[in-house]
Amino acid sequence: MSKKLLSTIFSLSLVAFTSGTALSSAALADEAADIAKGTAIAEEWDRRDWGFGDTESFMEMQLENRHGDKSIREMRQKTLEVPGHDVGDKSLTIFDKPRDVKGTAFLSFAKIFDPDDQWMYLPAVKRVKRISSKNKSGPFLGSEFAYEDLSAQELKKYTYKWLRDEPCGELQCAVVEQTPTYENSGYTKMITWYDLSEYRQQKIDYYDRKGKLLKTLISSDFKQHLDKYWRPYNMYMENHQTGKKTRLVFSKIEFQKGLKDSELTKNTLKRVR
Amino acid sequence: MRSRFILFKKVKLIKLAALVIVTGAVALGASILSAVSASQAQAQEQADEEESDIYWEYSGSASLDLRVFPDSALHSGQRDQHLNPSVVLEPEFLVEWNDGDDRIDFKPFLRLDAQDDERRHGDIRELKYQHIDDGWDLKVGADKVFWGVTESRHLVDIINQTDGVEDVDGEDKLGQPMVNLGIQNTWGDINIFAMPYFRERTFPGRKGRLRSALPVDTDNAEYESDLEEFHPDFALRYSTVLGDWDLGLAHFYGTSREPRFVVKPDGNGQPKLIPFYDIINQSSIDVQATFDEWLWKGEGIYRRGQGDDFIAFSGGVEYTFFGIIGDSGDLGLLAEYHYDGRDQDEAPGAVLDDDIFVGARITLNDVEDTDFLAGVIVDRLSHARSFSIEADRRLNDRWTIEAELRITDGLTTKELQYDVRRDDHLQVRLSYYF
Repeated sequence: MSKKLLSTIFSLSLVAFTSGTALSSAALADEAADIAKGTAIAEEWDRRDWGFGDTESFMEMQLENRHGDKSIREMRQKTLEVPGHDVGDKSLTIFDKPRDVKGTAFLSFAKIFDPDDQWMYLPAVKRVKRISSKNKSGPFLGSEFAYEDLSAQELKKYTYKWLRDEPCGELQCAVVEQTPTYENSGYTKMITWYDLSEYRQQKIDYYDRKGKLLKTLISSDFKQHLDKYWRPYNMYMENHQTGKKTRLVFSKIEFQKGLKDSELTKNTLKRVR
Repeated sequence: MRSRFILFKKVKLIKLAALVIVTGAVALGASILSAVSASQAQAQEQADEEESDIYWEYSGSASLDLRVFPDSALHSGQRDQHLNPSVVLEPEFLVEWNDGDDRIDFKPFLRLDAQDDERRHGDIRELKYQHIDDGWDLKVGADKVFWGVTESRHLVDIINQTDGVEDVDGEDKLGQPMVNLGIQNTWGDINIFAMPYFRERTFPGRKGRLRSALPVDTDNAEYESDLEEFHPDFALRYSTVLGDWDLGLAHFYGTSREPRFVVKPDGNGQPKLIPFYDIINQSSIDVQATFDEWLWKGEGIYRRGQGDDFIAFSGGVEYTFFGIIGDSGDLGLLAEYHYDGRDQDEAPGAVLDDDIFVGARITLNDVEDTDFLAGVIVDRLSHARSFSIEADRRLNDRWTIEAELRITDGLTTKELQYDVRRDDHLQVRLSYYF
């Protein structure tokens, strides 16, 4: 389908080459084709993750400042897939380390265009607080990951445009420009490398509100679950503007443990462990 | 002299022991019952089921507190020390089985204070057995429960007694023995509480700072109910989330957590304040609306049983400017108003009866989780002011440091805090987590 479209575009552009007036419309068609191709790639990436049901991940976040000083965070995350393109997934993150925030929990109901619903549980005072989710671009736990980098990656949160295909390590990748459609993103665009064999996001370049390269995320140690779902066990985020780095290492990701919708509510937040 | 070497007064020790035994026995009994029934159920199930693992965990914190009082003590009997060091130990034990669906939590608390033997105290903050099931959960034992949304007053929060020797903000609570059944529905959650034993409020002793001119005699508290602290108290709460709105409705029947005071002479003929605990009915509502950077918060109560029926409410807003400080720090501005319609002669005194709070919160979102919260509460009529500044920061993976500065200004004899007008202080706390 897309190949056919491509060849049409190709011939169109040849025609355009011969006549000056048709040039701009051909460029437009070119652009439309790239958008269609980029969107198709993202759709394939999204489709391959359908039906994962629920996951429970165990992870360690290694923060490093520009002087090389390191600090460690440990957390667990339960994610529940909410079917459909117009709603996001639900997730619950529980912090184990550093010890002074042990038991702090964060519940998020992702939305596509509206702000997410978020609650924070503070174990010392046993208080559940509804918090504003406007700070999508804010750092998560002082790391180089922003809330928007870690919240559910939903197809409709971005528009897509294919840029080129190129080798990425041993694989061949499609390079796609993604523009956030939601408000309050800290990014004007992201450039994402999807490998063409399994449609995994291998690398993402994030561009800040001024259009300057801000961060690069490199994902590696991909493992396949249930013969279908790929997850990176190592995510390395480097901030080019500050020199700070954060590595997110997963020790275990379990699928389809039977997580129920009723386990991810504001009121069950205060009994999490 | 001898009392310096005795950690706790005998009465307190007996009460503490009683509390430990009562909550411990109930929690243990319930968990054994559940374990037995669970093991029976398991025995009946097929052997291919994975054996349920028992998981346990031990953690907690130890802190060094230093309070600095620049002014000399005002009341007779107070130790005139400007420096008040103390040590806090708060370990936590957790055992869970059935994949966490059954668990026992134990969180004792101990403070050793060099000067005030009322502040030198221990408590069972938590000792509970909890069972989590599909759509419901059950808790038996001592626990802490928080209700409410506002920042500068916790009006609807009524389950736990305030641990009044810990801090002046009333946010430290004593463990409350309870049976709590929670039922989760798509239309909201219901929580039912039965509380068989009442905890008396703690107050600083004769030698301590931050006390009333007459010390409170906590050994001779009086009650409206003949059952005294064994009067069974009940509470019911419904809470739900409706889009951007978080709503809670509750009713409490039982022993008022706030005491009134009666002046009586003690054994030596010295006048003392005797706490008197009424039986009250209190209905409450708490609401928060979350609209982007705006949080709108409101709490209201209607109480019967202390003089004329009265209402009280707290309401306000919090607005956050995200990412405007340094790399990614947030600045939040808070404003709240407090009204309390109680008859201050027949009901326990309320400091915040017609008061405005304004404050600012700075969250740096850095690796050290640095936070600041500064605020002032102004009485609308007398213009008396209470300032507070809090700051905290992580030092490394095991240590944190916190500081609190509390200053009052312009207090008149009408104010309840008039007696603590010379107790402005700075508190620094260094905590180690294990």
